[in-house]
Amino acid sequence: MALPKRIIKETERLMAEPVPGISAVPHEDNLRYFDVKIHGPSQSPYEGGVFKLELFLPDDYPMTPPKIRFLTKIYHPNIDKLGRICLDVLKSNWSPALQIRTILLSIQALLGAPNPDDPLANDVAQDWKTDEKAAIQTARDWTSKYAAPE
Amino acid sequence: MDSDDEINSVQSSEDDFMDDEDSLGEDFDAVEEPDDFGFSQDKDIKPRKQAYEVDFKVWGPGQIQDQQDKQVEEVSAVIGQPTESTAILLRHARWNKERLIESYMDKRDEVLESSGLSEDKEGSASITKADDFMCDICCEDGKDLDTFAMKCGHRFCVNCYRTYLASKIRDEGEAARIKCPGEGCERIVDSKSLKLLVTEDLKDRYHELLTRTYVDDMNNLKWCPAPDCTYAVECGVKQKDLTKIVPTVTCSCGHHFCFGCSLNDHQPAPCMLVKKWMKKCEDDSETANWISANTKECPKCHSTIEKNGGCNHMTCRKCRHEFCWMCMGVWSEHGTSWYNCNRYEEKSGSDARDAQAKSRQSLERYLHYYNRYANHEQSAKLDKDIYLKTEKKMTQLQSSSNMSWIEVQFLQEASQALQQCRQTLKWTYAFAYYLARNNLTEIFEDNQKDLEMAVENLSEMFEKSTDQLAGLKVEMLDKTSYCKRRRIILLNDTAENLKSGMILIIPNS
Ligand SMILES: [Zn+2]
Ligand SMILES: [Zn+2]
Ligand SMILES: [Zn+2]
Ligand SMILES: [Zn+2]
Repeated sequence: MALPKRIIKETERLMAEPVPGISAVPHEDNLRYFDVKIHGPSQSPYEGGVFKLELFLPDDYPMTPPKIRFLTKIYHPNIDKLGRICLDVLKSNWSPALQIRTILLSIQALLGAPNPDDPLANDVAQDWKTDEKAAIQTARDWTSKYAAPE
Repeated sequence: MDSDDEINSVQSSEDDFMDDEDSLGEDFDAVEEPDDFGFSQDKDIKPRKQAYEVDFKVWGPGQIQDQQDKQVEEVSAVIGQPTESTAILLRHARWNKERLIESYMDKRDEVLESSGLSEDKEGSASITKADDFMCDICCEDGKDLDTFAMKCGHRFCVNCYRTYLASKIRDEGEAARIKCPGEGCERIVDSKSLKLLVTEDLKDRYHELLTRTYVDDMNNLKWCPAPDCTYAVECGVKQKDLTKIVPTVTCSCGHHFCFGCSLNDHQPAPCMLVKKWMKKCEDDSETANWISANTKECPKCHSTIEKNGGCNHMTCRKCRHEFCWMCMGVWSEHGTSWYNCNRYEEKSGSDARDAQAKSRQSLERYLHYYNRYANHEQSAKLDKDIYLKTEKKMTQLQSSSNMSWIEVQFLQEASQALQQCRQTLKWTYAFAYYLARNNLTEIFEDNQKDLEMAVENLSEMFEKSTDQLAGLKVEMLDKTSYCKRRRIILLNDTAENLKSGMILIIPNS
């Protein structure tokens, strides 16, 4: 199947005007599959870390949202052990007018503002609620342990 | 909605689909008649409602549509909006007519805005071509591209708009509250726009979904959960009444289900106990049997320990506590006499034995009820087989005894009664597990015993050979109606006590 114009345009723009702190590079043999890197936002427990994600555009994209998952281990109440992300714009609030770029920005924002009240990883959210300080420290430890820049 | 009218109209329509219950009702009435002669004159002449029964009404797909249209028209007349917009407003208000009218009168603009309805009636949505346009969804551009936007101005090419609506309707099953495809836009795609854009092949599906959300939104309507059934049932029992009422309803398709939780008929146990019980069975049943026979609990940490081998010196794998299997006492107090435990009276042992006995007792109590519950469930399954064999027997009986089809109906009636009674018995055991002991519990258990005996008696008759069966017709009819009667007595008693709050549930059981 030929690559839809929409995907070609989005990819071109991602390359030409990259978003600060975010990179997304399509695989040569599969232009619907992207290697993504997101830098942890400053003043967050993820600062200094570089997080790898995989992103895939399904056949009915953009009618359905991209499939996206963290590959780097991360301690975050809205991201589970398998790296799946709990984010409204990836589910019920997806709009076909949204783009890869906007989604990646939302994920970066999620790193800066964890929301333990809408958890995907229940145990992490629990830690976050009972002892936020300790949870943030754990997130920092994990960041330096698993997300150190290469 | 005007629920009073609707509830009152229930009696008449109930007859149509409660045929099998009719004979049962008459039967019971005949027994009770002298008691309230004179009372019931001004009441319905139809079979009187039992204490455990609730009023309900079954609606067919066409009737649901009519009901919906009628409400839209009514509200449309009151608020002076066209039916198209009224339908959107009502769906958005989840069909709460009164609240919609009230808030519409109060803050019209706000209501219209939140439902995604445009205020100005001119510039109605249409398909147009636009200069300098690029569709944000497909990135196509050009002057010849057909485009569409609602009042919010989020313009996309018609192809993309169509694909979007199709994916919402076909894949996500949405209809009443599809939002504009624009990023972050809350505007709901109104029915005019949908008419314009939805392709012919999706129209049926779209209307089906609209009806579906209508029933889902109404508190007094529920879909019949039977597979492929398209009827909905209306019942006035509220969520908060479910601790006191078990609202069993019967669909026109013949399916008996609970209006409260949509599970199969679970009389006489109330919904919350049914839920609790099923959860408990799920958690416990697999292992409970085996545990009770082969294991004990560590007297210190209460983890379960399996005895494998003859030695009585046990070491808990979890907490390393050492104890004697025989007396449950601390092992160190045993000295060297372990091979022949004679320390049954020691303090440490007797305390541990008490604790053990307690937890064992609660397990045994559960198993007592569970086994009986499971037995009736099992028997009900066997009854299904019987039911199928019954048909065969009926045919045989017809040819061997010159009886007409009508005359051999008693077999089918008996087997249906059996199924229903077993279903009830099954749930009486789940129910009883949660009952605190008092006089009423004893009456309940007496009723349960009577029904159980009646059921087993009737069940036995099915094992008779075909040539014997013809001669047993009268006896079988008697036993069938006796079973039904016992069931009604049990259900009425329980329903009344439940309603009046006389039945006590063990807390935290
Ligand atoms: Zn388009
Ligand atoms: Zn919009
Ligand atoms: Zn049905
Ligand atoms: Zn129920």
